[in-house]
Amino acid sequence: MQLSGCPFYYSIKKTAMPILEIENISKSFASVVANKEISLSLDQGEILALLGENGAGKTTLMNILFGQYRADSGQIKAWGKVLPANSTDAALKAGIGMVHQHFTLAENMTVLENVMLGTQSLFALRSNTTGARRKIENICRDMGLTIALDQLVADLSIGEKQRVEILKALYRDAKILILDEPTAVLIPQEVEGLFKMLRKMQKSGLSVIIISHKLDEVLAISQNIVVLRQGERVAHVATASVDRDALAELIVGKKVIQPTIHELPPGEPILQLKQVNLFHDAKGKYRLKNINLTLRAKQIIGIAGVSGNGQRELAEVISGVQKISSGSFEIQQQDCRKKSIKQLTKLQVARIPEDRHSAGIVGEMSVWENLMLEDLGSAPCWSRGIWIKSSAAKERAAQLIEKFDIRCANMQMPAKLLSGGNIQKLILARNLQLLPKLVLANQPVRGLDEGAISFVHQQLIDAKVSGSGILLISEDLDELLRLSDFVQVMHNGELSRAYPRDELTPKLLGILMSGGKITAATDHTLTDTDSALADTGS
Amino acid sequence: MQFEIREHTPLAFLLAVPLVAVLCSMLLASLLILWAGQSPLQGFALIFEGAFGSSFAITETLAKTTPLIFTGLAAAIAFKAKFWNIGGEGQLYCGALAITWLGTGMIDLPPILMIPFLILIGMIAGAAILMLPVFLKNKLKVDEVVTTLLLNFIILLFVGYCLEGPLKDPMSLGWPQAEPIVDSGVFPALIERSRLHIGLIFALLAAVVTWAIFRFTLWGFEIRAQGLNAVAARHAGINSNWTILKVALLSGGLAGLAGVSEVAGLKGYLTLDISPGYGYTGIAVAMLANLHPLGVVLSALFLASIFVGADFMGRSIGVPNFIADIMVACSVLCILIGLLLCKYKIRFNFSSKVAN
Repeated sequence: MQLSGCPFYYSIKKTAMPILEIENISKSFASVVANKEISLSLDQGEILALLGENGAGKTTLMNILFGQYRADSGQIKAWGKVLPANSTDAALKAGIGMVHQHFTLAENMTVLENVMLGTQSLFALRSNTTGARRKIENICRDMGLTIALDQLVADLSIGEKQRVEILKALYRDAKILILDEPTAVLIPQEVEGLFKMLRKMQKSGLSVIIISHKLDEVLAISQNIVVLRQGERVAHVATASVDRDALAELIVGKKVIQPTIHELPPGEPILQLKQVNLFHDAKGKYRLKNINLTLRAKQIIGIAGVSGNGQRELAEVISGVQKISSGSFEIQQQDCRKKSIKQLTKLQVARIPEDRHSAGIVGEMSVWENLMLEDLGSAPCWSRGIWIKSSAAKERAAQLIEKFDIRCANMQMPAKLLSGGNIQKLILARNLQLLPKLVLANQPVRGLDEGAISFVHQQLIDAKVSGSGILLISEDLDELLRLSDFVQVMHNGELSRAYPRDELTPKLLGILMSGGKITAATDHTLTDTDSALADTGS
Repeated sequence: MQFEIREHTPLAFLLAVPLVAVLCSMLLASLLILWAGQSPLQGFALIFEGAFGSSFAITETLAKTTPLIFTGLAAAIAFKAKFWNIGGEGQLYCGALAITWLGTGMIDLPPILMIPFLILIGMIAGAAILMLPVFLKNKLKVDEVVTTLLLNFIILLFVGYCLEGPLKDPMSLGWPQAEPIVDSGVFPALIERSRLHIGLIFALLAAVVTWAIFRFTLWGFEIRAQGLNAVAARHAGINSNWTILKVALLSGGLAGLAGVSEVAGLKGYLTLDISPGYGYTGIAVAMLANLHPLGVVLSALFLASIFVGADFMGRSIGVPNFIADIMVACSVLCILIGLLLCKYKIRFNFSSKVAN
């Protein structure tokens, strides 16, 4: 791609007609219909939100648009011209830029190098960094992006990395920007920055399609909303004409009932961590530093934090995968520093792993076999010595499938064919049926649809009512603030004190998650910005 | 051309894969027979005749099937847990060496005890030599493919040394071979005046036991879980180091048993050529059986009949018997492709070429 010498690159000529038209796109994978006759159009300077549950077909549609899949039927027009199918090149040339949820950056290169990567001819003798730098600086100025071009990407925060991704798209002259779940990894303050930037881009003529499942954010930023459900477009509405509840109902197709929260007097301590340290293997750095945590029966403690601040290590320590370097770690007053995973299972620890596909199930094995995995250590009802009584195991599996509403064709089918929500139900079933004392729920609803989310939450609340202590590790602040009795925040391997739920707001959590401290002053200013935001939002 | 994941594979498809793979390999082999100037139909008829045409042919084929079942099972068990034991050949010789050391006069028991004793010794030896790669893998994360493979050569050279030195039979007229196994330890023949011995029964028994372990026991369940998703197995409390150790004990033991059966059953004494690569062919046997213990019996029989039959064909019409190796290699490749097609569907997009 050639560099342009134009200093103000994003003074795009305004046109009245839609710049992007998706017409009757259909796509199916084997028997699953991912997209069915979907049409939508995008005007210049419009921010369009694409909403839908997991598996509703949002990502498929965007992949077709970006030329990564070929649609079974239908066509896409950009700037009035039909886009050749299945060609990422053509999509890029038409000015379509995509920012994926998972960043695709080279950590060991600078921002400038990352942005330039792949844009120059392989046969150029030297790279034209001065020209590129000027162009990037212009884009940054026009869009109100601030970023140090010579910094290593490895040293950037998540929000800054996202900015580099956006910059990459803009540098390739994108005029239609597709953002896939852009706020999933950001703290509230960063979301605000992103939205400010998007509004500025919008003013200079850029169009944005934003894929999200956070309704409040969608309502705050978009002009129009397209809702997909089971591969079909069920609504294409102006944002101003809908509210949150109507939108939620459109997405799910029925009213979602949130589980009710029970305030219970906490029981005896289940899990106690005192001054727990976990050292890094090689560098002598801390991965967990001076962790103090007490979880009681009939209590849910939420652990908030930007991903990668030690939540995974904390979960691994409590589930027995990692051994702590120093400190004390007790479950039900028993020293657990040296206990194996099996021994912890015997102490009635239930684990809902972060990555349910890779750590939760053995995909090739059948559903009933997967339902046996957890209680290997506990001389379960379906074993006699070393022998498996498969009839007993299947009988129990049938009960669990019914009780936990695991939707599967039959229990012989490989577990990998279940949907995400049903996989999570399977994991919950085999963990919660043992009536655990401690439930370690790590991102239990990540990527699940609304129906499955409320089911999982109901199960966690039921477990709490029946006397379990629950440690809820999550990046979803709404979830944390709704379910937890107390929230503790992880930052850089350190854990804050326990804040009662009533004392916290998403804003305050955001400050704690970025390493700040809550003082009376911040409290005050925050309430101000809160109300200011509410004004702009309405 | 695109690959799409199949949601479910029809059973008929799974059963057809090995048959189609064998047919494909025969098709490819027939081109080579043509090249050698003979009629493929005659060639295959001779292969079949050589493998099954007479009672002698059948006993020869079954005698060759026996070690292949053992080494095939050894590979299948290890591969199920994703423990890549390529050292079947070395473990086979270890088993053979151990019973030569103890069974050529040092210890003599009545046959009813001597044969189980030799089997036990051979299994222990085969398993013991595999403990070194297991230790290196579990403690230091050294890749077992490299260690098990290279150990083969060390063991083979050590056996060579033993046969030229400490274990050399003084009556051997200078040949590098060991003293014969004591009479009480020799496996009785199954059929009079044939080379077929009760090792075949042991092999079939081993296959059934292995199948039962995988099908009906907790341990088999753990091995399968470990092999299919090590991370999930670990999170469910399966100790991967222990599982690998147990798998290695069984795998090495079975490979050692192949050595026992060849020395005590077929030949009577240890030489450097008791195995024409049975340890390596066992990997092909296991792959052809898709790692199913009972399938191993069939695929071992198939491979043995190809080897025996191709020898006969070579003697009869002068087509090189290397064709056997090519057929085995082809059928393994075909079955791997077939298994891929069981998991994925290929879809051709002719229109895309036009568009581009």
